[in-house]
This record gives sequence, structure tokens and C-alpha cells, in this order.
Amino acid sequence: MWQEVRHELHPKGLEIVTVALDTGGPDAARPWIEAARPEHPSLLDPAHVLDELLGVVNVPNGAWIDEDGVLVRPVEPAFPGRSPATDIFAKVDIDSLPPEMAEMLAEARKIKADPAAYRAALVDWVERGADSPWALGPDEVVGRSSPRGMDEARAAAEFELGQHLHRQGRSDAAIPHFKEAHRLQPDNWTYRREAWNLVSPGNQGPNGVYDSCWIEDIKAIGAENYYPALRQ
Amino acid sequence: MILTELSVDAADLERRTGWAIKPEGACKAEVCVPLPPHTDLGRSEVDVGVLAERLTMPLVHDEEAGLWAMGPESGITGRSLTTARLPEIALPDLDGNELSLSSLRGQKVLLVAWASW
Repeated sequence: MWQEVRHELHPKGLEIVTVALDTGGPDAARPWIEAARPEHPSLLDPAHVLDELLGVVNVPNGAWIDEDGVLVRPVEPAFPGRSPATDIFAKVDIDSLPPEMAEMLAEARKIKADPAAYRAALVDWVERGADSPWALGPDEVVGRSSPRGMDEARAAAEFELGQHLHRQGRSDAAIPHFKEAHRLQPDNWTYRREAWNLVSPGNQGPNGVYDSCWIEDIKAIGAENYYPALRQ
Repeated sequence: MILTELSVDAADLERRTGWAIKPEGACKAEVCVPLPPHTDLGRSEVDVGVLAERLTMPLVHDEEAGLWAMGPESGITGRSLTTARLPEIALPDLDGNELSLSSLRGQKVLLVAWASW
């Protein structure tokens, strides 16, 4: 779907770069990228460098960068005009699903996002540049980036150690580091969802390793709070 | 940043964290933090303990693995960004070809993070 946005806005001076935050690297991301056949750069970030450098805490997240390499919006929920997940969720007959799947879908349907507004804001910035009210000044960009005290910074270090050990084949040694990252930064969905996926690929439900799972965690915060609202 | 000892090559440090070692100190774009003279260990090696303390970066140690991880700076702005200027970010595509985001200067860029999970 980002391809559609790129077709419209590339002639006006926008490039889109998609980055897969997958500890599994090319093997994890390849099927999705090959199905999408993007014309824009489609990169891999198996070390979750963007989490650390830009403050990504959930996906999909997008940041706007101007012609001089300056961020004009920090990372925030980003959607290509419509949300593929929302489209799919809306079509599924919830009564036809097993109870645990139905419960997940019911929560997913409560997630608030405004893909059309995001796309309209993006178009406005591409067309008007710094005159767009959606383009923020440097201090505002820094101030709106995700909070990072010592706990969040330590969570990043723990998560990196966990990933490093996992890639070395020492998955059991990685788990305590992932758990500590989760404890230190409980609102970082990226850390949790990646760790759940590593012990139970393709499954964000209860996994027997971590106390957390998607359905319990989203119910705890309220699905409507899963993504912060877009604001000018 | 994963470390096997408490010193780091300055070029590796800049590539991974965006912090460059300069005469005025450790700098990320327009933000510079002075470092004591002995931080530079010579041969472009930097004392990680001093660096971590000055930049408010946590050091996490896994004794069994013999590894440290140095986390990002935390106390300069209290946010995940220290500056709005994008640090150098170079990442590979599926074929292993690396792209530096700085090569896209002159265009507006929407950088989208996603995941398969």
C-alpha cells in the first residue's frame, strides 16, 4: 500500500523508505517484501537500530525527513491512507473464529487509527514543505519524540543483548534480557512483540515463556490507547 | 552497542550511535558534550566508562557471555532524540546492498518502520 502513496507523491519530491524491524533479518521479511514488490528502497533493520536512534516503540511508525536531512516529525503511527489490517479485520466473521482468535479480533477492532488523516497530512507536507502546519520545528520534534530516561535507555541495552545472544543461537540466554527490557520499558510494544515472535513465530498469544502476550497487554491499556492520536 | 571490552573504536561508535569524537568532545550534530582529556585512549579508541557516564548511557553486562551492551543517551534531552538532525543511518536491503539515508538528501523522505510479526 505504501507503493500507492509513492506513485502519487514521488513525482512531487517524496521518497518512501520502508524498514523491517525483524531480528530474523531477510528470512523473516522476504515474503512480505517480495509480495509487495516495492519500487522504493526497502531495507532491513535486524538489530532494531531505529528503535534506539529514533525512538520507535511500535509499528507501523513513520518519521518525516526534509530535504536537508532534518526530521520534521518524529516517529509516530503511520498508515498509507488505509490500514490493511483494519480492512481485513472488518471483513472477518467474528463468530466463525475460535474463541481466542475472536477475542483478539474484537480487541483489534477497537484500535483507533486515522489512516486517511495521516495521508492527508503527508500530502500537505509534500506540497507545502515547511509552510505545512504538519511540519514541526526542531525543538518540537525532539520534544515529541518518545521519552527516554535511564530505564528506557537500559531497556534498549538489554534488548540489544537479548537479540545478540539470540542470533548467536543462545536463545535461552537471551530471554532474561528480553524480560528485563520489557520490565524497564513496558510501553515498548516493539520489544515485546519481537520477543514473543522469537519464541512462538507468528503467534502473539500466550507463549509459556513470557508473562505477557498481546491480548492481555492490550486489554490492560485499553485497545483505544494502542496508537497515540495524530496531532498537528 | 555490543562490546567485548570497555573501549570502543571511535568510527564504530559514530556509525552505531551517531556520536562523533571531536576536539570539543562527543558530538551528535549540533550537540556537543565535553569529555575529559583521558577519554581518548589513543589509536582512535575511546574509554567507554567515561563516555557512558558523560552521555548518560547505561552499560549492561552479561558476565557469562563476556559482553557489554551500551544503551543510548538518556539524560541530555530526556527524549529519544537528542537533535532533530537525522544521524547517519545505513541499512541493507534483501540482497545485502546498503543504503545510506543521507544519499537521499534533496528529497523529502518518509521513513516507515514495519515488522513481519
